[in-house]
Amino acid sequence: MLKLKRQFLCGPYIVWIIGFIILPVLMIFYYGITDSSGSFTFSNISAITEPIHMKALLLSLKLALICTVFCLLLSYPLAMILNGLHLKRQSFVVFIFVLPMWMNFMLRILAWQLLLSNNGIFNAVLESFGLPKISLLNTPSAVVFGMVYDFLPFMILPIYNAMGRIGTDVIDAARDLGANRIQVFFRIILPLTVSGVLSGIIMVFVPALTSFVISNLLGGGKVLLIGNVIEQEFMQNMNWNMGSGLSIVLMIFVIASMAFMNSHNKDGEGAAVW
Amino acid sequence: MKKKFLLPGALLIFACSLAGCQNANSSKETLTVLNYGKYFDPEALKMFEEETGIHVEYEEYESPEEMYTKYKAGSIDYDLLCTSDYMIQKLIEEGEVLEMNHDNLKEYQNIDPKIIDASASFDPQHNYTLPYFYGTVGILYNTDEVDAEKTNSWDILWDSQYEGKIIMENSVRDCFLVPLKRLGYSLNTTDEKELDEALSMLLEQKPLIYAYFVDETGDEMAAGNASLSVVYSGEAAYAQSLADNLAYSVPEEGSNLWIDSWFLPKTCKNQENAEKFLDFLCREDIAKMNFDYVYYATPNKAVYDSLEESVKNDTTIFPDQATIDNCEVYVSLDEAGTDLYNQLWKALKSD
Repeated sequence: MLKLKRQFLCGPYIVWIIGFIILPVLMIFYYGITDSSGSFTFSNISAITEPIHMKALLLSLKLALICTVFCLLLSYPLAMILNGLHLKRQSFVVFIFVLPMWMNFMLRILAWQLLLSNNGIFNAVLESFGLPKISLLNTPSAVVFGMVYDFLPFMILPIYNAMGRIGTDVIDAARDLGANRIQVFFRIILPLTVSGVLSGIIMVFVPALTSFVISNLLGGGKVLLIGNVIEQEFMQNMNWNMGSGLSIVLMIFVIASMAFMNSHNKDGEGAAVW
Repeated sequence: MKKKFLLPGALLIFACSLAGCQNANSSKETLTVLNYGKYFDPEALKMFEEETGIHVEYEEYESPEEMYTKYKAGSIDYDLLCTSDYMIQKLIEEGEVLEMNHDNLKEYQNIDPKIIDASASFDPQHNYTLPYFYGTVGILYNTDEVDAEKTNSWDILWDSQYEGKIIMENSVRDCFLVPLKRLGYSLNTTDEKELDEALSMLLEQKPLIYAYFVDETGDEMAAGNASLSVVYSGEAAYAQSLADNLAYSVPEEGSNLWIDSWFLPKTCKNQENAEKFLDFLCREDIAKMNFDYVYYATPNKAVYDSLEESVKNDTTIFPDQATIDNCEVYVSLDEAGTDLYNQLWKALKSD
């Protein structure tokens, strides 16, 4: 009886997983390897080698990489500071960092659009100090900025969690045995937080690689990422086959980057992302 | 084992689909209408329901391509559709459009014959469509920063003086029409050489561009973020209502004349009710309500005649005859043409 009940509890999840994950992925694969008349072809997948698509893919990889590096450089010291605060209400500080995520990310990006525009608040502040206006919006840098802003919490939280798990006795022991602060950092803290860093990297790199909304809003239609190409194939060109084929290529890149990260993650912390 | 918990799910889906069927059958005195967003006065819709007792299921969409996807998906049987010239032509060619008998529309004589003639490019015998609104594509500019004289030519969009202050249309055909017209070609060309020339012209222009926008253009211009932009006349009228220092001009090299029209799709189940709706639209009072709401050029002559001189002479809303004669209506492209445009579009954007 108990067993049967448990199975019923699984029901909604099974329906969900089949209807919204497995079937759509199968459909993408079907469209990806057929042409508009329904016959088998590889041309949608090999279309990635066209110079235009290659350019978009390389730009996506480049921006995603820059974004990940920035997030890491910002997050790691921040996580250390947070961890070292020993505040009574440490969780409150973390809460502050997660707070923006309560608002829809589109709204936050739209807000940046207004702040960074030619006559926006940022330039108004510059002007009031007698400085020349600068055009920030609609450049690849603005896109990277938006990505870093949006994905930063995904980097902070896993690193902060990993740090929180390092017992103070471990560090005390190291100091006891004569390690200086630098040695403690490189031989104790860094190795023990690698898993957090790796899952942070995946959680930032993957959405940054596949993003198209941020580049649409902050790139002013001038920054074409592979995500934008796919969106355009679906929405404007009505070419679902090409869109699916390119999606498959992108999926391969996502899976490859995750596999790469996981192979370097010996204690299996990042497994949660799989 | 696994089959056991699959069963409830399957039953659930089955039950839902049954419920869906029932809904579809019970629609006797309803009319399902699909139209552009913000393109119909909700008050007028209410009046139609009260006068005829026909319930209207009113749905909206953003772009003709989205409409096409929605219609083709086939999950809803639409009775009436309104969309743009080239998309209607595509649907007529695909055999998706029913013939319309204009004799059943009592108020049809209100429609301007000039616009009916202009519709010939996508509906040659004029037996499929009823014009709803029309307009042009042109340059919206900031009068404080731009010399009005110079906006008579598309050339101004290549003037490096306005670097970082130009907004172009973020849709392939509206973007390419600018260099094509500047070069003196047809905006319906599929000639590879002509289009390549247009592309290199756009690539040369790209460093001067602030952004490629569609719906944002009006707000951006009103906020003063750019000095020049390529827009639909309707968007220009909207932007002018927000800021006083904006003006609109259709360059002398020519541009695009667009006509949005109603048609009966093949899925129309109640042609009589649909015709009642169309007749209602042609009525002077209703057309006036919709004109005030949408503020695009109306092909309804009775409404036009009743307008104040200042509105009639506002060339942002009503293009003059010379401009109309100088403009081309889009013709739908064949598959090879569409692919070519898309390829060039991506080449422009990825540079």
